[in-house]
Parts: sequence; structure tokens; C-alpha cells
Amino acid sequence: MAYSIAQLLTSNKTRLFDMWIQKQLASESLREDLMTDDELRAQSQELVDTLTSVITADNISHVESTDFDEVFEVLSAISMSRARQGFSPRETGLYIFSLKEAIFDLLQENLADDPATLLAESMKINRLMDSFGIITFETFIKGREDVILRQTEEIADISTPVIQVWDGILALPIIGTLDSSRTQVVMESLLQKIVDTGSGIAILDISGVPAVDSLVAQHLIKTVSATRLMGADCIISGIRPEIAQTVVHLGIDLSNIITKATLASALKHAFSMNRLVVKRSEAEKKVL
Amino acid sequence: MITTLSKDNVSITREQDVVPFRNRVKEQAVRIGMGLVNQTKLITAASELVRNMIRYAGQGEVRIEVVSKGREAGIRLIFSDNGPGIPDINLAMQDGYSTGKSLGLGLPGTRRLVNEFDIKSTVGQGTTVTILKWKNG
Ligand SMILES: Nc1ncnc2c1ncn2[C@@H]1O[C@H](COP(=O)(O)OP(=O)(O)OP(=O)(O)O)[C@@H](O)[C@H]1O
Ligand SMILES: [Mg+2]
Repeated sequence: MAYSIAQLLTSNKTRLFDMWIQKQLASESLREDLMTDDELRAQSQELVDTLTSVITADNISHVESTDFDEVFEVLSAISMSRARQGFSPRETGLYIFSLKEAIFDLLQENLADDPATLLAESMKINRLMDSFGIITFETFIKGREDVILRQTEEIADISTPVIQVWDGILALPIIGTLDSSRTQVVMESLLQKIVDTGSGIAILDISGVPAVDSLVAQHLIKTVSATRLMGADCIISGIRPEIAQTVVHLGIDLSNIITKATLASALKHAFSMNRLVVKRSEAEKKVL
Repeated sequence: MITTLSKDNVSITREQDVVPFRNRVKEQAVRIGMGLVNQTKLITAASELVRNMIRYAGQGEVRIEVVSKGREAGIRLIFSDNGPGIPDINLAMQDGYSTGKSLGLGLPGTRRLVNEFDIKSTVGQGTTVTILKWKNG
């Protein structure tokens, strides 16, 4: 009967686990700050157990075999959690590849006198472990993307504060790019606040918007129209000189929207619309 | 004669790629010392073309080049996609023409924002738009 590496692994799994842990503890990519020794052992034990329980002489050369689904699940969970915990891709990769090394060491111990079998078996395990490595990277990246996605949502939430600057006057500073989903959030919170406060004027400040292209412009125009439908007036402020020039060249018509260069001038305009006057007090005049 | 000093390829597959791509264009523009007004024009033009790419072709690729002609430096952007192509370029270049119920300002507006503009399109094969903005253009 042909030599079975699967059987070797299964019957030596405690030894394999020890060898792997030794390697990990000796490695410079060990992150005791991110994961305790116990956690590391538990995680590694689970992977070794799963691998040795599913691997057979037949499936070892068939990575795509559904037998390995369980291993993939464990691997995915490990690399997903590592991505969230802040491990680097390198550290996560080395984690899996050090298992490969441990397996190689074990093979060498057992097959020292049979180089031909050693080579053949090493090739098999190499291919298998490489595909485990790829899975690890794929899920690691996905884990990171999830983090980014969540942060993006959080940013969208916190970055649309509608501020009541005066009785009847709302201000909404927009920071960042105004894409479709962002516009939706902005519009909803603005319209809701108009209802809640009974405000008649809304100032959209775009000082923090890096570029106004036709899409952003369209979103602004839509927001202004929606505000008007609610019976409120809308002023767009924070139009920087470079933005003004770009908008003109692009050919966007903002002529029927009240626009102001600064939030201060928009506020002043809003005051005059509400027939409010800001006066310096008499007392202060005397001091001057 | 225009010489290319550096090249960088960015692939665009979705809406989320727009902002990082624009930042890369901006980085290059800042690197050659382009002023704020020209930077903003370039980034806005880039934004229009990349949005068209996503919207009408689904995806594509952009090459960002730093170029020079004599003492003048500039940024050249080449947007290529394998989308449906544009049947009538003259029509597409007109202000207000849109098959997407939009403002129809992207292409004609972009042409006004840059120094050189070239569009080639073959129906069923795709579209390539090349723009160039000089540092002091
Ligand atoms: N990469 C492309 N592939 C296929 N068709 C395109 C492409 N870019 C533009 N078009 C066509 O050209 C038309 C005009 O484009 P343009 O960017 O000027 O306007 P728009 O995208 O419709 O509106 P806006 O850019 O103002 O939101 C589009 O409606 C579309 O039919
Ligand atoms: Mg467009």
C-alpha cells in the first residue's frame, strides 16, 4: 500500500500541534498584544483537529473536494477574526504557512530514509496548504472590507448633522463626496428637521465637498427642490472660487438657487429674509 | 513633443472606486505643482468620465500619466472601457444630451475643463476618452 501522509498526520496530531505551536511562539510575527497564548492554542488546536479529521489519502490531492469545507470554514473564521483584531496580512499568512512548515518537519522526521516518497508527499501537502493560504488571504481581505464598509456607514451617519443655527434657520455642513446614498441620508435628515423645527430656511454648506461634478450638482439641485416642496427656502454656501469656476465651465446652471461664498454670508442673507437685524449693543459701542 | 514621465493604471469596477481614484489623480496633480483651480477642474473632469464609465460601461480602466512638454508638466488620463460604445459622438458631445435622464453635461463639460480632449468609440466594443490638463493650462 502506498504511503499515507493523511494517516501520518492523523496519528501524530498531538506532535504536529506541538511542533506548530513551537514555531509560532518562536516566530517574530507572534502578536501577544493581540491574542493571548490560550486563544492562540485554542485556535490552532481547532485547525489541526479539523484538518486531521477530514484529510484522507484520497482527498489530499483534491483541494476542491467538499471534504475540506469544514477546514475552509475554520480557516475563514480565523482569518476573519484576525482581520478584525488588527493582525497584518503578513502575520495571518505566516500563521498558515508555519503550519505547512510544521507538517514538512514531521514528514522529514518520518521519511528521512525515503527521499522519493518525502518529495512526492511534500508536493501534495504543499499544494493543499497553498490553497489554504489563498483562502486565508481572501477571507482576510473580506474581513477588512467589512470593517471598511461598517466605518463608511458610520461616517455617513455622523457626517450629516443638521444644526439649528437660529430660530427658523437650519444649517447643514456637508463634508466629503455627495454620492447617491449620502444624498439620500442628507435629504432625509434635513427634511425631517425642517418638519421638527418648523424652519423656513435651510443652508447647505459645501465648504467640505472636494469637487462638484454634474452628479453632485444634481444631488444638490434635488435637495434644494425637495426643501422648496416642504415650503422652505434653501441657500447653498461655501462655494469656493475654484468650485465656482469649475461649475461654470461644466455648464451647470445654479442661477435659480441662492448661493453664497461663505456660511456667514448665507446666515446674513437668511437673517435679512426673516427681517432680522444683528446690532452691536449700545454699551459696547461706548467701549469702542 | 510630449513625453510620459510616469504611468499608473487603476481599474474601476464600482462606485466606491471613484473617490480613491480621484485622490490618486489629485496626488499626481499636487506632485507636479498644479494650482488649486486647475486641480479642481482636472479632478472634476476625471470624476465625470469615471462616472460615465461605471454608469454606461459597468467598468473600465484608467491610466494616469504625468507628462511633460518642454518646461510644462501636465497630467494625462486615459479612460478605456469595453462597454456598449457611443453611436453618435457628435450628439453625445452636445450640452444636455443624455441617454441616462441626466444633465447631459459630463462629456461637453469635461471638454471645457481640460486642455486636450479626445474621444473614440466603437459600438459594441467600447469607448476611450483621453484628456490632458497642463499645470498652467
Ligand atoms: N463610457 C461610455 N460608454 C457608453 N456611452 C457613454 C459613455 N460615456 C457617455 N456615454 C453616452 O454619452 C451620453 C452623454 O454623456 P454625458 O456624460 O455628457 O451625459 P450624462 O452622463 O448622460 O449626464 P451627466 O454626465 O450630466 O450626469 C450619455 O448619456 C451616454 O449615452
Ligand atoms: Mg456623464
